[in-house]
Amino acid sequence: MSLRDNPLGELRVPLTWTAGIVFIVVLIASVAILLSDRREAFDTDDYGRARTLSDKVMAPVGDALSTPGRLTGQGVDGIRGYFFAVSENRRLKAELKDMRQWRDVAIALRDTNERYRAILALKTDPPIPMASARIVTDSRGPFANSRLANAGAEAGIKPGNPVMSENGLVGRVVGVTQGVSRVLLLTDVASRTPVMIDRTNSRAILTGDGGPNPKLEYLRGQDPVKSGDRILTSGDGGVFPRGLPVGVAVKGLDGRWRVVLASDKAPVDYVRILLFQDFTQVANRAGLERLAVPPPTPGATTLPPPAPAPAIAAALPAAKAPAAQPAPTAVKPAAPKPTATNPAVAAPPASKPAGAKP
Amino acid sequence: MSGGAQPLAPWRWLGVPLVQVMIATFIFALPLRFWGVGLPEPVFALPVVFAWAVIRPSMLAPLGVMTMGVYLDLLWGTHTGLWAVCLLLPYGLVLGGRSMLAGQSRLIMWAWYSAATALALGAGYLFTMLDARNAPNPASLGWQFLATVVLYPFADRLIDLFEDADVRFR
Repeated sequence: MSLRDNPLGELRVPLTWTAGIVFIVVLIASVAILLSDRREAFDTDDYGRARTLSDKVMAPVGDALSTPGRLTGQGVDGIRGYFFAVSENRRLKAELKDMRQWRDVAIALRDTNERYRAILALKTDPPIPMASARIVTDSRGPFANSRLANAGAEAGIKPGNPVMSENGLVGRVVGVTQGVSRVLLLTDVASRTPVMIDRTNSRAILTGDGGPNPKLEYLRGQDPVKSGDRILTSGDGGVFPRGLPVGVAVKGLDGRWRVVLASDKAPVDYVRILLFQDFTQVANRAGLERLAVPPPTPGATTLPPPAPAPAIAAALPAAKAPAAQPAPTAVKPAAPKPTATNPAVAAPPASKPAGAKP
Repeated sequence: MSGGAQPLAPWRWLGVPLVQVMIATFIFALPLRFWGVGLPEPVFALPVVFAWAVIRPSMLAPLGVMTMGVYLDLLWGTHTGLWAVCLLLPYGLVLGGRSMLAGQSRLIMWAWYSAATALALGAGYLFTMLDARNAPNPASLGWQFLATVVLYPFADRLIDLFEDADVRFR
């Protein structure tokens, strides 16, 4: 019996057509999923339940599977350390000698710095708490560069926290769940990091492109950077604290300024996640609210308070009344004539008009 | 009739390769380094996608392609749906030109596979560029292309195993 006579042969056309229809439906569904995805959001809810769940499943599996490789690497390092102990000792002694000189310089600079801070009454940044984690998966393709770290919400990690290796900045956390967090690397095509050039204090945006060396974009000024300049985080925008080491500037083959990342000096297997969110955490807000308004200089002539425009005064007589009088609970002015100051500055917030009246 | 032809069970030509792709991709996503060099990141799904389209039309295969794509997105951290679309496009292209591919030599099939790989990565490049407003690194893309193109023998093996398994699609 030939294929044409076989009744199964008649199924070929319908099956081909239905396969085509299923293909089109699945393609449309995939495009819809792609368009509805919001990866750039920092909020955990927007990170996606499916992604959160998959991260939670993949992290322990990746941790278990990478254990033999990690143990092998540690064993090889141990054997290498045993056989190369003498040369390593010589190298470390030379490094120690060099470091002792740097230590003396650092002590002198710290002393000078403390004096300047005392003179200027500068408030220094408080130490930032950290959480340690191990990297369990690693994606390195052109479209995504991210890693899963085996510490999550239970360690206080939140989206946006900076991630560092022992050598420098690695990236930032973009998704967190219990026991695992996803780290967006500086090399990811969606990564933008405000940085500064240490030598010139010039600002730039470090832009990842999926390659090993991210670009320096939006450089300002004439010759703001030269090869070998150290690149640090600028702290602009509040996502990263200021001064984290990022890398060294190099001129790329495409003529653009790029950065050889400091974190690439060694494999990034263990990371420190800085539990830093933004500048409101660093600033002592309670202390800022307690700041006393400086009293007027005795004997100094100051301008009288500006007379309100007639139209505004007529329209808002009630609103102006409480602000025109200083509050008794305000900081006591040392000057004999407190009315000479601008009452709008010395007055408490307008939400407490009752307290202003005797 | 114990020696008669057995029907082509979907788990044999769809299920098993799908699981193999997931395992291989996961292993290559581990943070392992050999002599200071990390593992490459080939798209293991592409040989399977190419072979599925060549072997026969199927209603389950597009769903399998989409599953692999979403898995890659979740594992690699790309936009959900990106790799599903990037894999479905070459699948559709090869499925449409299936009759043209029939009977071609291994070298020509390898060239077609390379074109399918280029289409998938080109689509990924375009979507990523539109979303991030930043072009991915061409060198990085080229490395992934090369690492994926050398996987054609796996597709060839799958095609050899199942191309003649269903007489209706010879």
